[in-house]
Amino acid sequence: MSLLEINDLHASVNGTEILRGINLTVNVGEIHAIMGPNGSGKSTLAGVLAGKEAYTVSSGQVLYRGKNLLDMAPEERAREGLFLAFQYPVEIPGVNNSYFLKAALNAIRKHKGLEELDAIDFLTMIKQKVKLIEMDESFLNRPVNEGFSGGEKKRNEIFHMAVLQPTLSILDETDSGLDIDALRIVSEGVNKLRSKENATVVVTHYQRLLNYIVPDFVHVLVEGRIVKSGGKDLALKLEDLGYDWVREETGQAV
Amino acid sequence: MQSGDKNIQWYQTKFKAFEQSLNGEKAAAVHSLRRDAMRWFAELGFPTTRQEEWRFTNVLPISKLEFHPILRFESNGITRDRMRPYLIEGAIQLVFINGMYASELSDRGALQRDVIAGGLSDIMKKNPEKIKPYLANQVKGEENGFTALNTAFLRDGACILVPRDIVLERPIQMLFVASDSSFPYLSQPRNLIIAGVHSQFKIAETFVGVAQNTYLTNSVTEIVLEDQAIVEHDKVQRESLNAYHIGTTHLRMNAGSSYTSNVFSLGGSIVRNNNSVELAAEGIECTLNGLSLGAGTQVIDNHTAIDHAMPHCNSHELYKAILDGASKGVFNGKIFVRKDAQKTDAKQTNKTLLLSDDTTINTKPQLEIFADDVKCTHGATIGQLDAEQVFYLRSRGIDLASARDILTFAFAADIVNRVTIEPLRAQLEEAIQRGLKQSHRV
Repeated sequence: MSLLEINDLHASVNGTEILRGINLTVNVGEIHAIMGPNGSGKSTLAGVLAGKEAYTVSSGQVLYRGKNLLDMAPEERAREGLFLAFQYPVEIPGVNNSYFLKAALNAIRKHKGLEELDAIDFLTMIKQKVKLIEMDESFLNRPVNEGFSGGEKKRNEIFHMAVLQPTLSILDETDSGLDIDALRIVSEGVNKLRSKENATVVVTHYQRLLNYIVPDFVHVLVEGRIVKSGGKDLALKLEDLGYDWVREETGQAV
Repeated sequence: MQSGDKNIQWYQTKFKAFEQSLNGEKAAAVHSLRRDAMRWFAELGFPTTRQEEWRFTNVLPISKLEFHPILRFESNGITRDRMRPYLIEGAIQLVFINGMYASELSDRGALQRDVIAGGLSDIMKKNPEKIKPYLANQVKGEENGFTALNTAFLRDGACILVPRDIVLERPIQMLFVASDSSFPYLSQPRNLIIAGVHSQFKIAETFVGVAQNTYLTNSVTEIVLEDQAIVEHDKVQRESLNAYHIGTTHLRMNAGSSYTSNVFSLGGSIVRNNNSVELAAEGIECTLNGLSLGAGTQVIDNHTAIDHAMPHCNSHELYKAILDGASKGVFNGKIFVRKDAQKTDAKQTNKTLLLSDDTTINTKPQLEIFADDVKCTHGATIGQLDAEQVFYLRSRGIDLASARDILTFAFAADIVNRVTIEPLRAQLEEAIQRGLKQSHRV
């Protein structure tokens, strides 16, 4: 059974169809990159998978570990091991990072039938994890994303991922706005979290991130459809020739 | 106006009985204050919504009832055990039952040298010369029917006199307990707080109803900060949900003094806080914060007025409200910047979170600026929980109800965290968490 199986997925926002028949299969141990020009539907796909209410799924099916993902509330998806690293992480003034993560982790553990972590075990664990993104411990007690720089916000997303240990991670434009150091830290974090039991879907506009997080598969999304799939070389070719090349080759309107 | 007239007569009758009980005390200076105030009350009556200041808060339920003024101390079965959840550990504790000082229930420990803290009635007898320059100096009773009524029946309350250069190590708590009763009564503490030159201390003013009876708390607090004094004043109002609370505070600040007030309104059926500050000299820092939690059919009204009379003073104001059920919030923030008050920096913010579709908020900034070199800003926001924030929490595994609770509490915590009296902050956090959970169930 595949970890994620998307069949002919159609979705719209405010009556405008954005996704027009997505087909994609992701297995554990794999890294998939979804590339595409602005407005091609990349973030919509990430949002639909995470359960954002703004999107309406008109047809198609998404199976996650064989279960109908679209029937689940966002929190159920998270508890089942799905994780979205946001393109624009949300600031939550008044809620500190570690309090937030403890609530999230314990909700997930409870769902899995595990005991809740006590304060000391939790603190020991997150102090380890925060090193992964090369931030100091003060990061734990700051309000979630409030006053964080763009790079800090993205690092915080990877930190959340490290703590929650999802099975399927979707990184939505995690590279956008990152300088080269932050890009390296974020990518190394993702690589360290990689295992045979989990999978990652990297959504990006640029090939640059894929130098660090090397994908097994690259899919090109244009106007709501995956028009081309291939290995990591496809990303390099896109970088050289641009998206127009795909459009010409596949006969999509420019 | 028939019922109003009848109502005035009720208090006039009560006033006559009060006078008769005073005997020799009638000759005291304070009694002429009472007489004047009674006259004003007869003229003013209770406010109505026809008056601009009371447009959004209808006190008719108060003026319709005949409340018995409490003029004598009775413990009414209140014990220290019963008050335990509200007492601040480590503080100088002044306890009042229905507005009257309860010396047996209070714990003043060893007061620092020359510090006076206790019941106003006692201190008025023992040290009249210390009280006289201040009492009814800022609030005479002619302001409105409520201050008139308080002054007419002026009897007891908290009195705190901290002389110059004294830094109090312990906070002072004034705990006003409202007891259960078979009849509606009127509790009217009259408080006087004087912070001497260079003194520094923290006060906590807690109002608690131990039952669900109907009564009216109508308190008046006069505060003076002399030069360079630093005071934190936290007011936590947890009256019975069938009670009415009118709280008037007048503060005069002198050169270089600093005052922070945090006003928490959790209980009460109709609540009105009047918080007025006079910045009477230069170099003053004044911070007024507030948090109101409304549920059911509660009406919570905060009126603040900051009078910038002199140059180089800063005032910051942040009032927040969380309204659920069919509750109603009112915020009116006056800021006067007089001609001489150049280089004033005044900032006012009012934020309201609406948790249900049936709530109402009336918010009104009122800035009157007569100086030309000043910085004055104001802003008001009214909204629901941010859908993006709710989704962010859910996407990490937190269920919808918990996400809402976390975000709502965070909105409140912004004000709660400004309280530096640790045990009080812990009490508040617990009360607010509980209050929010209850309001969700309604």
